[in-house]
Amino acid sequence: MPKDFHPHLRHLESESIFVMREVAAQFERPVLLFSGGKDSILMVHLARKAFAPARVPFALVHIDTGHNFPETLEFRDRLVAEVGATLHVGSVQASIDAGRVHEEAGPNPSRNGLQTVTLLDTLAELKADVALGGGRRDEEKARAKERFFSHRDRFGQWDPKNQRPELWNLFNGRRNPGEHFRAFPISNWTEMDVWQYIAAEGVAMPSLYFAHRREVVERDGVLLARSEFNTLLDGEQWDERTIRFRTIGDATCTGATESTASSLEEIIAEVAASRVTERGGRSDDKRTEAAMEDRKKVGYF
Amino acid sequence: MDILRFSTAGSVDDGKSTLIGRLLYDTKSIFEDQLEQVEDASHRRGEGYVNLALLTDGLRAEREQNITIDVAYRYFATPKRKFIIADTPGHIQYTRNMVTGASTAELAVILIDARNGVLTQSKRHGFISSLLGIPHVLVAVNKMDLVDWSRERFEEICAEYAGFAEKLGVDALTFIPISALRGDNVVDRSASMPWYEGTTLLHHLEHVNVGAHRNLVDFRFPVQYVIRPDQDYRGYAGRVASGAIRPGEEILVLPSGRRTKVRSVDTADGSVPLAEAGDSVAITTTEELDISRGDMIVRPMNLPEVESEIDATLCWTSDAPMRPGTQYWLRHTTREVKAFVSRLVYRIDVDTLHRETVDRFELNDIGRVHITTAQPLFLDRYALNRETGSFILVDPHTNHTVAAGMIRGSVRHAEDLPREREEGPERRPVSPDVVWEEWNVSLSEREARNAHPAGVLWFTGLPGSGKSTIARALERRLFDMGAQTMLLDGDQVRHGINGDLGFSPQDRTENIRRVGEIASLFFRQGSMVICTFVSPFRADRERARSLIPDGRFVEVFVDTPVEECRRRDPKGLYARAGRGEISHMTGVSSPYEAPEDPEIRVQTVGRDVDEVVRGILGALAERGVLPNGGSRGG
Repeated sequence: MPKDFHPHLRHLESESIFVMREVAAQFERPVLLFSGGKDSILMVHLARKAFAPARVPFALVHIDTGHNFPETLEFRDRLVAEVGATLHVGSVQASIDAGRVHEEAGPNPSRNGLQTVTLLDTLAELKADVALGGGRRDEEKARAKERFFSHRDRFGQWDPKNQRPELWNLFNGRRNPGEHFRAFPISNWTEMDVWQYIAAEGVAMPSLYFAHRREVVERDGVLLARSEFNTLLDGEQWDERTIRFRTIGDATCTGATESTASSLEEIIAEVAASRVTERGGRSDDKRTEAAMEDRKKVGYF
Repeated sequence: MDILRFSTAGSVDDGKSTLIGRLLYDTKSIFEDQLEQVEDASHRRGEGYVNLALLTDGLRAEREQNITIDVAYRYFATPKRKFIIADTPGHIQYTRNMVTGASTAELAVILIDARNGVLTQSKRHGFISSLLGIPHVLVAVNKMDLVDWSRERFEEICAEYAGFAEKLGVDALTFIPISALRGDNVVDRSASMPWYEGTTLLHHLEHVNVGAHRNLVDFRFPVQYVIRPDQDYRGYAGRVASGAIRPGEEILVLPSGRRTKVRSVDTADGSVPLAEAGDSVAITTTEELDISRGDMIVRPMNLPEVESEIDATLCWTSDAPMRPGTQYWLRHTTREVKAFVSRLVYRIDVDTLHRETVDRFELNDIGRVHITTAQPLFLDRYALNRETGSFILVDPHTNHTVAAGMIRGSVRHAEDLPREREEGPERRPVSPDVVWEEWNVSLSEREARNAHPAGVLWFTGLPGSGKSTIARALERRLFDMGAQTMLLDGDQVRHGINGDLGFSPQDRTENIRRVGEIASLFFRQGSMVICTFVSPFRADRERARSLIPDGRFVEVFVDTPVEECRRRDPKGLYARAGRGEISHMTGVSSPYEAPEDPEIRVQTVGRDVDEVVRGILGALAERGVLPNGGSRGG
């Protein structure tokens, strides 16, 4: 990145690289959680920069709910090949088939909550002692309290009231066997920072983030895309609109927004003018006031 | 656009959450769905208003108890700047959270409720801010609407707090009268307080100088990770902690002490001509040395202290008490060593600032300790360098972070440290109705432009000892090396500015007091100030020293025996004193208190000026206060 260009982005990039190198130095078996969304794509980009000219020293882990947009998987496989990283896929369907978890009942079953079990099982299987995630503190109020190095006990649980103080740039990754850490190198980035950086660096992004025509249904204020995983309720019908996604996750709970932003510049302008958070389109966060805190405590991303 | 990190400390009662809510709301950083959630929650809780505190108190326990427990980070941006708020609780049982939030902040916002005035809590926040070395303190006197926008009330609070802050050595102190609830002077100017002529709170946040705490002079590069894709490449990865480095410069690696040169400074976008404090890079060297994580790359002429007996201020962050002798892991830069507290010097009552003798530290205690480490650390004093002056202690059994530490120096020098920060310097006189305004351009910016540290070299010695001759030759050398210099000489200042003073002990003291203040101004302007004054009284010299940051005041004692001075007598003063023509002649009829432990002691008998100047330059290089010929084009 040019030296005088966006000093705040340079600062954030340098901080994230510092955290990633600290993870590589302090842990034995680090993995990088890859969802296919922009934050995890950014994470892969930063990891490449942190260790160049060497290869990224993290394996990628994708927790697959089975409810994917096909574009996400194509993009994932291309990126993995380009980076030359190892990809491990943890399948929620496999967890269901093995009886580890049970599918929600009802017309709009979300596998979001189920992911936690698959995630913890996958980390245990890989003997991972740290999982790097693309969580940002500006996303949600429970995440605002996250550390860069966040401790998880033997059951994968987060204890928000008893976190290790994180002072200066001194990260304490000491752990006992069976415990692991989550590391959040892009904690201090905002949605706007992410898009500005992606534009400045020319990072490739999946087509889902750009405006396109798609069949959707509006339910509880959220636009859900037509897919084999979403079924219509009585009185609903598919309706083709020009939309884009602000976040990409499980197709059953990731809402689209009506938008004509088809370039990075237009997306940045839209984010600047937006009066709704990006998670505003996530029906999983709307369940209770402390939905995110409760999910994070048991081991969610 | 740059970034300002600031901390806020306080409880809901102070209006802290309301203030943050106001900043976020007025800068359009709260989104509709967040506001909706808060409105819903306020409604469910039966509150008759939108409780903006619910925006910041994110944990369930916090909302249930209506308090802030943990540090929460908030983000907002204006077209000028991106802001990161470390929002911390204010109650004493959360001191460790305040310390955590303050550790990365460049500015502290301290809230005072105008109705209650300066409470113990406000003082505690000020103390912690000064302890953690936060360069700017902004005191927001809130709830002005509830004291009828009273100017007298505001000024009363300012005077009381400024008096307290002076004891702490906080000098960049700004007061702003606000009403967070109504928005007065937060983002927009208040129509209700026309008597207030200063800026709004947001305007101050947007314009305050950032990076003031950064040390741009002393190059320190803790090696974090070695990048080695194949046999042909070996890059030492890390983030520049302070100072700057260019390819081709000579470097020294600690602890081995081996020297080599920088071959390249690499990033993923290619090699760069310069890496500065804060940059994550990889350094390659011209010779293959055995360098690994925990080593530190520095310049041969500007070394950190290499110490295993450390004098430090500690904040205890664990429920389990600390007892001297217990072993911990000590994490400092990228280094981890075993350590124990060898002596507990005292605990500070953070509310009264009194020192107490105790046999252990409990949660949230702050005090001074001596620490012994199994291997030496490569350190600087925290006051000079936050990055290489800070450490944490980790319990080897629970793995918890149990203490935050700020290095004061090595134990060897601890007993010599003449000034205790918490005691503060002797009171400086202040004109009535004057409030301290911070320096417009910071010292670190000036030093970065000058490419050398500022410093005060204070020559003391008897009349005729050779002070002026040496000082003049030294200034010429420094100036020729490219340094910005200034020489202050007794005969000059007694023409004009001190022309009203005689030679009585009182006038001598006043003479040195003024010179100290003048030297301090030139210092702030980035110069290497050379002062050459008999300055016979120890207390006067110590007062001049107290105006200059630790490590930047170098006392040079020109130690020539009085018989030799009398023999040289270049100005004929001894002869005139002998004839009784001069009263109060130092060394004859007036005492000279020689320095007990000057930074530099110079013998002049039988040595020529060049030799003496070379010796002083060498001593200055060791202390890192010398224009570095190899650095940044200096």
